[in-house]
Amino acid sequence: MPLNVETVEVTTDLLLVGGGMSACGAAVEASYWAKKHGLKVTLVDKASMDRSGAVAMGLSAINQYLGVGKGKNTPEQYVDYVKQDMMGIARDDLVYNIARHVDGTVHLFEKWGLPIWKDENGEYVNEGRWQIMINGESYKVIVAEAAKNALGMDNIYERVFIIEPLLDGDRIAGAVGFSVREEKFYVFKAKAVITCMGGAVGVFKPRSTGEGLGRSWYPPFSTGSSAYFTMKAGAEMTCQEVRFIPVRFKDAYGPVGAWFLLFKSRATNAFGGEYMVERKDELKKWGPYGQVKPIPANLRNWLGMLDEFEGKGPLFMRTEEAIANLAEAYKDDPKAFKKKMKELEAEAWEDFLDMTIAQALLWAATNTEPEKKSSEIAAAEPYFIGSHSGATGAWVSGPEDIAPEEYQWGYCNMTTVKGLFAAGDASGASAHKFSSGSCTEGRIAAKAAIRYIVENNEQPNVDMAKVEELKKLTYRPMELFEEHKDFTTDPEVNPNYILPKMFMFRIQKAMDEYVGGVSANFTTNEAKLNRAMELLQWLKEDSEKLAARNLHELMRCWENIHRMWQAESHTRTIMARKETRWPGYYFRADYPTLDEENWKKFVNIKWDPNTQEWEIIERPVIDLLK
Amino acid sequence: MPTFVMTEKCDGCKGQDKTACMHACPNDLMVLDKEKMKAYNRHPEYCWECLCCAKACPQQAMDLRGYADFVPMGATCTPLRGSDNIMWTIRFRNGMIKRFKFPIRTTEEGTAEPSGGFPADQEDLNSPALFTEPASLLMDEIPAPKK
Repeated sequence: MPLNVETVEVTTDLLLVGGGMSACGAAVEASYWAKKHGLKVTLVDKASMDRSGAVAMGLSAINQYLGVGKGKNTPEQYVDYVKQDMMGIARDDLVYNIARHVDGTVHLFEKWGLPIWKDENGEYVNEGRWQIMINGESYKVIVAEAAKNALGMDNIYERVFIIEPLLDGDRIAGAVGFSVREEKFYVFKAKAVITCMGGAVGVFKPRSTGEGLGRSWYPPFSTGSSAYFTMKAGAEMTCQEVRFIPVRFKDAYGPVGAWFLLFKSRATNAFGGEYMVERKDELKKWGPYGQVKPIPANLRNWLGMLDEFEGKGPLFMRTEEAIANLAEAYKDDPKAFKKKMKELEAEAWEDFLDMTIAQALLWAATNTEPEKKSSEIAAAEPYFIGSHSGATGAWVSGPEDIAPEEYQWGYCNMTTVKGLFAAGDASGASAHKFSSGSCTEGRIAAKAAIRYIVENNEQPNVDMAKVEELKKLTYRPMELFEEHKDFTTDPEVNPNYILPKMFMFRIQKAMDEYVGGVSANFTTNEAKLNRAMELLQWLKEDSEKLAARNLHELMRCWENIHRMWQAESHTRTIMARKETRWPGYYFRADYPTLDEENWKKFVNIKWDPNTQEWEIIERPVIDLLK
Repeated sequence: MPTFVMTEKCDGCKGQDKTACMHACPNDLMVLDKEKMKAYNRHPEYCWECLCCAKACPQQAMDLRGYADFVPMGATCTPLRGSDNIMWTIRFRNGMIKRFKFPIRTTEEGTAEPSGGFPADQEDLNSPALFTEPASLLMDEIPAPKK
């Protein structure tokens, strides 16, 4: 080994892997129950908790708030909304469970110090039915503060990247990873583990491939680590085909929610046509889901895409029209009009400054004043995210008082591996939990995990020979570089290894061209999927040749191994589902229609750590609330 | 390069083991050049432009230059983050300046109490109630589906 790497062993009861919204929720909840039962909780984060995870930059809205106690909505209504938006494929039990608890978590955010917009009666200001407006620049800082206060800094490990699970037979036993700053290899031994490492970005080739590579809609540091971790532990995964493609302000990916919902903006094409109106008939092709309100996100995407495919782009968000309409009511009072315009202008800019600063800069760089000029919108590249209108993640056990037996095998939010839990983007089939629901799901998983530990209170065995093997594997890219670096005069070009950036481009190109990325108009078929599988197999073999010049590059190597597994499970499940169900996310040209009769079910996938074989498992969609 | 460090203003956080920007960056991009005692963004193409670094910089030594592959030059978007608000100065390519100020928190830094002051007296590990519930829901009991 080129480095003199120290091994640090940490023994704990509950290990939280990740530091974003769901991990912070888990930290707050677990600390309470752990204290009651004399247990230890440890959190390990690839970054630093103040600014880690998808809410690092901030947010301008909380997208899941029901107002159940205020009589505004019921969890049943939320389940109905989510299920329709996901074209019938969702776990009612999981969505219900988050929905019935989420308001309490939002009320905690407010107590912790998050400014939530209030109207003249002191009520939250709704953006849409389920969304409330916030001054959210410091949203993550505030939530992380509560989590850190609950855990105590002694129980938090930052800048440690967890890469592999540890198993004891069919039970989780902990996790290993490495410091991205120091020559330290970490072995965490735990009785239960909660996976909270976010979704996956950078699996598909992005629209911007130069410096703007980093300008992904979801963060570039969410690299599929949750999916990898649960899959490597042998957990069954669900909805791995249900990617998410956001339509956003073009290039900088500024949010559109406030424009569509709060400002009531229209989107029109180059000829002034409104695809949501002109293409209404297309919705009839997509079963009952085309007829519901709000129209599912993927179908809204699809109608806009059809305009683009026919050469009717660019598509525009009609910001100038929306603002004019909102100010119209004040037109007879010049003073009030001016005040309203000023207010709307500030709201429009804050929406970007709170969560997509790059979009504010792009407006300034293109002399765009939204009250005067429309802005382009476009479908972004595909992302893997279980918390928005995508559903990838682990198949987890449902809440005892709600889940039918098909959805329940033990503790709530536990995966099919004993003691291994998942929350946020790591758990699947429970879309639309967003920031607040993810934090809530972290809390639910944490309470269940503590219960699991209390009822299964023995430390699993960790095979230290296996740990040594994993340590060697972890640092192999650095060793490989040292071994071969002098063979060529340019470290970037060496036939003995591949650097992680080019490795990432190989994943992205294969996925883009063959699995329905941007350049393939989000369309694929079986022959293309087979070709993708062939390319991915060679990539997998070549992953053994990944090289790293330093610890930072070692992080990039492992991030891309994680992405590769997300890519493979996605390709395999798209192949298994022989229909097109989410046309605005991907279109199977060989099975171009919705097939309710045969495919209204979950297509799950599992990798077996013993046989190293993949298996597709079909599971029923059960309507619990009808 | 997305965020950049101004040579004259950066003091390397006065030789501490890590700078404020290194602590903040969620993608581990900021590095301190210990010889020059200046920080830099090592991989601009992996920068999300979240500006966590610039907001944290005690010297206001950091700013944003848009992605060179699609953003026209000349505009700026600069934060000044205080304890309870953030001020933004936006300069358009055509020279127009806009300033905005938004609140960022309503409580003193460091004071977030996990229970939020709600009675946290749950005892039953087997019930669906989270530790602040039902009080934090502003309800008397936790909703359950009608059977």
